[in-house]
Amino acid sequence: MKIRLENVVKTFETFRAVRDVSLTIESGELVALLGPSGSGKTTILRMVAGLEYADGGHIYFGDQDATDIPVRDRGVGFVFQHYALFPHMTVAENIAFGMKVSKVKREKAAIEARVVELLRLVRLEGLGDRFPAQISGGQRQRVALARALSVDPKVLLLDEPFGALDANVRHDLRRWLREIHRELGITTIFVTHDQEEALDLADRVVILKDGHIIQQGTAEEVCRNPQSAFVMKFLGDANVLAAEVRDGKAYASGAAIDVSGMADGKAELYARPADLDWSAQGPGIPASITRVLDRPDGRRVLATTETGDQLEFDVEPERPVKAGEGGFVTLRRAKVFAL
Amino acid sequence: MRRNVLPGLRLSLGVTLFYVGLIVVLPLAALVFKASSLGPEDYWRIVSSSRALASYRVTVLSALGATIFNLFFGLALAWVLTRYRFPGWRIVDAMVDLPFALPTAVAGIALTALFTTNGWFGSILADLGIKVAYTPLGIMIAMCFTSLPFIVRTVQPVLEDLDPALEEAAQSLGGSDWQIFRKVILPLLTPALLAGVSLSFARSLGEFGAIIFIAGNQPMSTEITALLVFIRLEEYDYQAAAAIASVLLIAAFVMLALTNWMQSRALRYTVKG
Repeated sequence: MKIRLENVVKTFETFRAVRDVSLTIESGELVALLGPSGSGKTTILRMVAGLEYADGGHIYFGDQDATDIPVRDRGVGFVFQHYALFPHMTVAENIAFGMKVSKVKREKAAIEARVVELLRLVRLEGLGDRFPAQISGGQRQRVALARALSVDPKVLLLDEPFGALDANVRHDLRRWLREIHRELGITTIFVTHDQEEALDLADRVVILKDGHIIQQGTAEEVCRNPQSAFVMKFLGDANVLAAEVRDGKAYASGAAIDVSGMADGKAELYARPADLDWSAQGPGIPASITRVLDRPDGRRVLATTETGDQLEFDVEPERPVKAGEGGFVTLRRAKVFAL
Repeated sequence: MRRNVLPGLRLSLGVTLFYVGLIVVLPLAALVFKASSLGPEDYWRIVSSSRALASYRVTVLSALGATIFNLFFGLALAWVLTRYRFPGWRIVDAMVDLPFALPTAVAGIALTALFTTNGWFGSILADLGIKVAYTPLGIMIAMCFTSLPFIVRTVQPVLEDLDPALEEAAQSLGGSDWQIFRKVILPLLTPALLAGVSLSFARSLGEFGAIIFIAGNQPMSTEITALLVFIRLEEYDYQAAAAIASVLLIAAFVMLALTNWMQSRALRYTVKG
C-alpha cells in the first residue's frame, strides 16, 4: 500500500511537533524516520497509524484519504517501543486478540492455525503458552510484531522497535526484521534515533529536525552527500574546523580543499575520523597527539592542532602512534558548509 | 535469619510484632476463649437461635447488596476520577474520603434524616411506594456510604498506572471500546477490584454506628448482628456476645481467604517461570 503525507501539521498545546511534512512511501518500501528526540518522528508515525489526528494536511493510503479514519478501521499494524503486550494473556492469546475482536468472523480452528503460523514466522514455536512476564525482551518484541501482523495490516509501523533492547539482541533483530520484510513485502515505516539502525535496515532514510524533513534518500545518498551540517553531524562522528572560502577553495588550519562553485565567506569544514590521516612529515595540519584510544578494529587518535582545535581520527591497528608525538594531520576528504 | 543490609530490622520487627500481638491477636484470642468457655451445645444454641440467624441474614444480604452496588459505582467513580479532568475534580476526589473521615454516627443520623418518610429523599421515595428508613434497604444504603472509598481507592492507582499503549495496541488491532474494556482493562483491574470488594464487604459486615440510626433495629427483620452482640453485652451475657461475635469473625476470615485465593488466581500471569 502506497502512503502519501501531504502538508501534515500537528501541534501539541503550543509545541509545533510536525510542521508541514510531505512524504511519499512506495508500496513495499521499508522507510526509516530518523531524528533526535523532539524532531516529530514518532508523532508522524502515530498520525499515519491514526493514534493522533493531524491538525492540518492529508494522509492517503493508496488513493483513499485516511486522514480522519480512526485507528481501529485503518488497518495498520503498530509495534510499540515497550511492546505493549497484554500482560494477562499468553503469547498465543496476545497474537489471537486482533483476530478475535475483528468484525470479520473467523473459525476458532482458523485462528489457532494462524497463531501457529505467526509463531513460526517470528521463531517462537512452543512459547505460545507463556505469559509476557516469562519471556525475554527480544522475544516480547517478536510477539508484538506477530500480533501486529495477525490482522494482515496494509502497513506495518514500528516505534523505536529495538530501543529498549541490549546491543546484541538489537543487532540480531535488525537482520531478522529485514528478512521478514523481504518475505512479506509489506510497506513498513519505523522510527529510530539510532542512525546505524536506520542506515542498516531501511531502503530509504528520512531525516527529521524540529518537525521538518531535512533530507531523505538511500543510506548511500545521505551518507555520501549530506546536504547540511546537521545531517553530517547527526549521521556520525565528525571533526569541525572553522574555514574560509576564497576563490573556490576552503582554507582551514593550514589545509586547503577544493570547493569550486561555493560563494566566498566564512564556512565550516567537516571531516569524519576516517577522512583524516597522520603523517610524521607534512604537508598537513600541524598537530600533536594527546591520547590514543585502542579499539577492536583500529586506533582512535585524539590530537590538538597548533591553533587549539581538537581532532579525532582513526589509524590502522599496526600504526605505532603514541601520546605526545608531533606531526601532521592530512585531509583525505571533507565537506564544507557555509555558515 | 539472613543478614540484611537494611538497618533497623530487629527493632522495627520487634515493635510491630508486639503491637500486632497486643492490639489484634490478644482481643481476638480473648473472644475465642470466652466463646469456647461455653459448651458446644450452648454455643450452637446461641449462634443458631432464630433471632441470631435473622440477624446474619439481614447483615450478610445487605452487605452483599452494598458491595455489589459499590463495585459498579466505585469502579465508575475511579474511572471518571482517573480518566477525566473537570471543574471541581479536586473536590470530588476529596469527597470520596469523606465516609472515612466522618464519624459513622453522624453519617447515620444524616442518612436517617434524609430518608425518613418526611425527609428530602424519603418523602419522594414514599410517593413511589418505596420505604427506606427502618428497612433492610436503609441498612444497605448506610453500608454503601461507609464502604464506598475502599473500591475507589484500591482501583484508582491501578487505573492510573495502566499503560495507555495497551489500549492503543488493542485499538490498532481493531477492538471496539467495549471489547477493550472487557478483555484488556477489566482483567487488569480484577485483583484491585477483589481487594476493594473484600475490604468493602468486611467493613459492611462490621458497620455499627451508621446503621443503627437508620435500621429501626426490629429483632427478626432489621436487627444487624453487630447490634445483637451489643445487646448481649448490655445484658452482661459476655459468653453469648462472644459466641455471636465469633460467627462474624469466622465470616470475615472466610471472606478474606476467598478473595486472597481469587486474587492469586487473577495474578497468575505475573509469576515468572
